[in-house]
Amino acid sequence: MSKILLHGTEAICEGAIRNGCRAFFGYPITPQNEVPEYMSVKMPQLGGTFVQAESEVAAINMVYGAAGAGIRAMTSSSSPGVSLKQEGISYIACARIPCVVVNIMRAGPGLGGILPAQGDYFQATKGGGHGDYHLIVLAPSSVQEACDFTYAAFDLADKYRVPCMILADGMIGQLMEPVELPPLRPLSDIPEKKWATSGHYGKERRVLNSLIIKPEELEPHVNELQRTYDEIYANERRSVSYLTEDAEIVLTAYGTVARIVKSAVNELRRQGIKAGCIRPLTLYPFPDDAFAACAARGCTKAFLSVELSLGQMVEDVRLAVNGKKPVYFYGRTGGNVPEEGEIVEAAKKFLQQAEEEK
Amino acid sequence: MVRILLAGQGGQGVLSAGRFLAESGLHEGKEVSYLPAYGPEMRGGTANCSVIISEEEIASPLCNTPDVLIALNAPSFHKFAPRVRSGGIIIVNGSISDSYAGREDVTVYDVPMGDLAIEAGDRRSANMAALGVLVGATGVVREKSIINCLHEQFVAKPRVCETNEKAFFAGKKFYENLK
Repeated sequence: MSKILLHGTEAICEGAIRNGCRAFFGYPITPQNEVPEYMSVKMPQLGGTFVQAESEVAAINMVYGAAGAGIRAMTSSSSPGVSLKQEGISYIACARIPCVVVNIMRAGPGLGGILPAQGDYFQATKGGGHGDYHLIVLAPSSVQEACDFTYAAFDLADKYRVPCMILADGMIGQLMEPVELPPLRPLSDIPEKKWATSGHYGKERRVLNSLIIKPEELEPHVNELQRTYDEIYANERRSVSYLTEDAEIVLTAYGTVARIVKSAVNELRRQGIKAGCIRPLTLYPFPDDAFAACAARGCTKAFLSVELSLGQMVEDVRLAVNGKKPVYFYGRTGGNVPEEGEIVEAAKKFLQQAEEEK
Repeated sequence: MVRILLAGQGGQGVLSAGRFLAESGLHEGKEVSYLPAYGPEMRGGTANCSVIISEEEIASPLCNTPDVLIALNAPSFHKFAPRVRSGGIIIVNGSISDSYAGREDVTVYDVPMGDLAIEAGDRRSANMAALGVLVGATGVVREKSIINCLHEQFVAKPRVCETNEKAFFAGKKFYENLK
């Protein structure tokens, strides 16, 4: 199949549609308005449902209802809007309802700005709402991945009965690149959900609930959730390592920044500095195996996490490296994106610092 | 790999020209990326986009130091001219801008795109005149690819297609006469 030129937002929609998403609920916010715009056209054409909700809170609860009935459902927003959804996401996680939430991150905190940022890493990977829960968090760094990861997100969500988040920065949403679209999957091909509240019709009574008032019932439920997260951790950690085998400094970044970091690694290599990089594809579960492998190598002297934040993923990198090597941080905020040259200079500075401190 | 920054006033067709370029590159089987600058922009404000056309995988989609700048008005010419890579090219709309970049290490093509567009029949086609110059000067994509994209885009509007095509060739011819 030939490639077509698509916006990141459109690619997310196509990934969803082609893997059976037939319900979309959203509320406008820049820089992801193209998602509801696209879905408002496509959902009715496919016999699906599109609702522009009265608020983000309403939208996520509509997802709760539709996905609870067994429909593949999605909502999308940007940082401040995703904050509003957190209560609903926590309920959905507790009720074990698979769905997909898209966050096209803009600069925060507060209403912040509308330009790209990655300041929602903690919120996305450490729970976000109240209680002990996690989402599966995928971080696309190209328009093709925006499509493929959203497609995969629906299967992952269903497999584990865990909500799945696509965490992308504003640049991925606005970028246009060639995409090869997967074929449209027939709905009959999607496995039946034996737990869905899809109508009685002589079936056993099914209840989806997040109110488990008896402590002797809630604890086993939460432990069961944790067992699922452990299973997800064991099976689904994904990352791409580039030139790390002999690297003295291992850079890491996700999303668009990972591409600038890859350019910086190539430039560092041209200057004779042995640099490599790790790009996490899953942020939860965090691909700590790739970092541990590098930390164990004699050649690796330092790690450098580059983010559009003041240092969030770097904490997971430190946990993965576990004190074996120094882990440094370089970041920009406010909607600014570091240039290749800035990252090259930061890498040189921190490599030197690691050598001096040794 | 060629990194092109297109800039101008909202409504001058900066974003459409960028998309034509990216589509043309894609049709030729190249790797392409198109990144529009988005912000609290409004009608009459500034618009710009970055297009990268490459034989290999594109790492960063940003054009902080473009190889080519296409500036459709004076403010964008002065804003972005200092960023062009040494040895790069600037194509500026001489109809409504001066062409003094204040540096010697770039090639500046002063092209009366606005006038060429009016001669072609529609002043809104200045963006296509710019692409004509670009294709002539760099060969980053083939003339045929741009024309094919135009026909695809304006399949229902043959007159629009015709004026845009005329403006494109006027730009290309203008460049050839400079040599």
